[in-house]
Amino acid sequence: MTDYKKIVPCLDVKDGRVVKGIKFVNLRDAGDPVEFGKFYEDEGADELIFLDITATVEKRKTVVNLIKKVADEISIPFAVGGGIASMKDVQAILDAGADKVSLNSAAVRNPDLLGEISKEYGHERVVCAIDGNRVYVNSEEEAPNKTLFEVEDKFCWFDVMTHSGSKSTGMDAIKWAKEVKELGAGGILPTSKKFDGTKKGFDLIMTRGIAEATGLPVTASGGAGTKQHMLEAFTIGKAAAALAASIFHFREITIREVKKYCIENGVPMRL
Amino acid sequence: MPFYIAIIDYEMGNLKSIFKCIKHLNADAIITDDLKEILEADGVILPGVGAFGDAMKHLKEKNLIPVLNQIVIKKKPLFGICLGQQLLFSRSSEMGEHKGLSLVEGEVIPFEISKVEKIPQIGWNSVRLLDSDNFLVEGIPNHSYFYFVHSFYSNPKNKDEIIGLTTYGDVEYCSIIGKDNIVATQFHPEKSSKYGIQIYKNFINYCRK
Repeated sequence: MTDYKKIVPCLDVKDGRVVKGIKFVNLRDAGDPVEFGKFYEDEGADELIFLDITATVEKRKTVVNLIKKVADEISIPFAVGGGIASMKDVQAILDAGADKVSLNSAAVRNPDLLGEISKEYGHERVVCAIDGNRVYVNSEEEAPNKTLFEVEDKFCWFDVMTHSGSKSTGMDAIKWAKEVKELGAGGILPTSKKFDGTKKGFDLIMTRGIAEATGLPVTASGGAGTKQHMLEAFTIGKAAAALAASIFHFREITIREVKKYCIENGVPMRL
Repeated sequence: MPFYIAIIDYEMGNLKSIFKCIKHLNADAIITDDLKEILEADGVILPGVGAFGDAMKHLKEKNLIPVLNQIVIKKKPLFGICLGQQLLFSRSSEMGEHKGLSLVEGEVIPFEISKVEKIPQIGWNSVRLLDSDNFLVEGIPNHSYFYFVHSFYSNPKNKDEIIGLTTYGDVEYCSIIGKDNIVATQFHPEKSSKYGIQIYKNFINYCRK
C-alpha cells in the first residue's frame, strides 16, 4: 500500500513577518510569509506550518489577516500554531482559512479545548504539539509510572515541557499523547527542545514512541540537519511527516533533494 | 449576463479558498444560496466538508435540491468537490442511511479499518486516469498527486463514469467522476497545488464553451 510521507517547512512569523532565514531566499520580499510559502509550495512542500511567535496580544490580530492572505494565495494545506489559547482564537484562525491549528501549552492548561475544536471542526483539523525533554534514569525505580525507553545502558522518559520548552510539567509525553488522542487531537507534533537547532537529527525514540502509542499521524520536529535525518524520521521514527525550518530557509538543502533521497530509499513521496 | 461561476453556499465548510482559486484564474465567482443566481450561472460548484446527512438537510432547507436537478436537466456544468462529490450519489451509509441527490447512480461507503492504515485518509495521493479525454483532466499527467481528506468514498454503478481511480490501503476507489456535464473529485483541487489549479482552469474553460 502506498502511504505518502510529507515534508513540512515551518515558518516562524513575528508581527506578520517571517523572521528566520529571510536573507537566504531569493524573493522580492522574503519577509512576506505569503511569498515564502509560495516558494515552498513550488518546491514541493506537502504542507506548511506557520508558527506565530508574536509576543504581544495586541499584535496577535495580525496573524488572522496573514492567514487570510496565505489562504488566498497558497494551494497546499497549512497549519497555524503559537499562542493559541481559546476557542475564540481557534475559530478566528480556522475561519480565516487555515486547514489546521496546532495547540501546545494551551492543551496542557485546558485539555478540553482539544475536544471542543475536534467536535466543532473535525479531529483532522486539530494538531497537538508536544515539547518533550529526555530525562535519563539508571533504573525503573527512579521513574515510577513513566514510559521508559532503553538508551544504551540507561533508560529515559519524556517530560512534557511548556512555555517554549522552558517549564517542566513532569507529565509523561507518551501518556500525554495517548490522552490528547482520546480528547480529540487528530495529529501530534512532538518536538525535542534539546535536539532543536542541533542539526543532529530528530529525537527518534520520542517520535516513534508517540507514533506507536497513538497510531495518529506524527510530524517529527526539532533537530533535522541532513536529508538522512529526514529519511530516518520515517524509517525509524515512524513519522507521517517531517518538519524542518532552518535547513530549508538557509538553503542548506532543498525540499526536492530531500524528497528524491527519501524516494530512492523506499519512502513514497509526492514529487 | 457576464460569465460567472456559482459556488453553492449551504453552510458546509469554508468556501473562500475555492472562490479565490476561481478569481485567480480570471473568472468571476459568487458564493451564493440564491436559487436564481445559481440557475443563471455559467457553471456551478457544489463544495462541502462535513457529514452527509447534515449536508442533505441543509440543501433541503435551502430548497437547493430542485435547483441542482434543474442545472443537470439544463446541461449546465456542475462540479462536486469532496463531500459535494459524494452528495451527487444515490445514497450514503455515513452515520445511518441517507438519500443523496441521485444525479449519479451509486453509493457512498466507508473505508474499512482492516483494509487501510488510517481513517480518515488525510494527505496526498495519486490518481490513475481511466479517461484522460474528459475535459476536467486536460493537461493533467497520469498519476498526478492531489490532496485528500475523507473517511467515505463513492462507488458509481456505471463504471464508464469513472474518470480517475485512487488506491488507499487495499482499496481502489473512484476519485474523479464524469457524467455528461457533471464532474466531481473526492480530493480538494484548491489544496492540490498546480494540478489542482489546472482542474479549476479546465472546469472554467468548459463553462465558457
